[in-house]
Amino acid sequence: MVIGRSGRRKPPVEPVTLKMLVAGGFGVGKTTLVGSVSEIRPLRTEETLSEAGRPVDDTEGIEGKSTTTVAMDFGRITLREDLVLYLFGTPGQDRFWFLWDELATGALGGVVLADTRRLEDCFAAVDYFERRGIPFAIGVNCFDGAERYPADAVRGALDLDDGVPVVLCDARDRESVKEVLITVVEHAMNRAAAEREPATT
Amino acid sequence: MSHDGNGTPHWFDDDAGPVVRPYAMTRGRTSSASQHRLDLIALVVAEQGVDEAGADRTLAPEHVAIVELCQDTPQSVAELASELDLPVGVVRVLVGDLADDDLVHVSRPVPPAQLPDESILRDVISGLRAL
Repeated sequence: MVIGRSGRRKPPVEPVTLKMLVAGGFGVGKTTLVGSVSEIRPLRTEETLSEAGRPVDDTEGIEGKSTTTVAMDFGRITLREDLVLYLFGTPGQDRFWFLWDELATGALGGVVLADTRRLEDCFAAVDYFERRGIPFAIGVNCFDGAERYPADAVRGALDLDDGVPVVLCDARDRESVKEVLITVVEHAMNRAAAEREPATT
Repeated sequence: MSHDGNGTPHWFDDDAGPVVRPYAMTRGRTSSASQHRLDLIALVVAEQGVDEAGADRTLAPEHVAIVELCQDTPQSVAELASELDLPVGVVRVLVGDLADDDLVHVSRPVPPAQLPDESILRDVISGLRAL
């Protein structure tokens, strides 16, 4: 077992870490999106639920099951040696939303992935980000064979606030996903700037 | 100890769940006494000059595994959990133990409820463009 023969070694760089959330309905391509830009294959981590899950989990018939686990996919993008962005796919099921609160704490922003064939699946995510004041952008994942709608039609259907960007994208395509992420960060910046303004005048 | 990379020999069925239950690894604790709740992207860094954590009999194998993983590159709590195939809650407790023993320290991410600096956001954008 080699556990470092340190003392002389230069201390490792401790990067600034940021996180962004990827939300949306089940099967909308969250994991694919994370995989397209992550430098590591999407990892999966589990949060053990016991206390928190108990009142909601219907365990009838499986009474022996006392814990529930919920998996989160995540990826990593090293932007610079000292700057790392983590992407977290939020758990799909609504009842795991208390986990979102932990994920959302300190998050830079979020992507809500939408599928125009099942737009209603992302209502909950939009609602969540709006209520928490987390900057987000809608990424409309253009599935092969699904009808294309202009971004404005999607904006109308989702009843979005002005300024929330809507981007058509392909979750499989790295460049396309990069564009979505950049849009989120730009939106976060603009919003921060707008919030600062009234305070200074 | 086996050497298949995961540190767990696969003689049992996955459906059985882990042979060592999570609460056993944390000796029944669900949170760490001294630490604030560690964020998923909090980075765990092994302290300099930590030699032979493996020789420390008071540490569980999972503790040692965490120190080893953090030795060369700082690792986020999420990565450690994924790497070691442990629930995040367990990793939080174990990292808390290690921090108490001064074997690792934890770097806090940007404080919650406050957006990172504009300059950092700009760096993120240019970093993403350059990917």
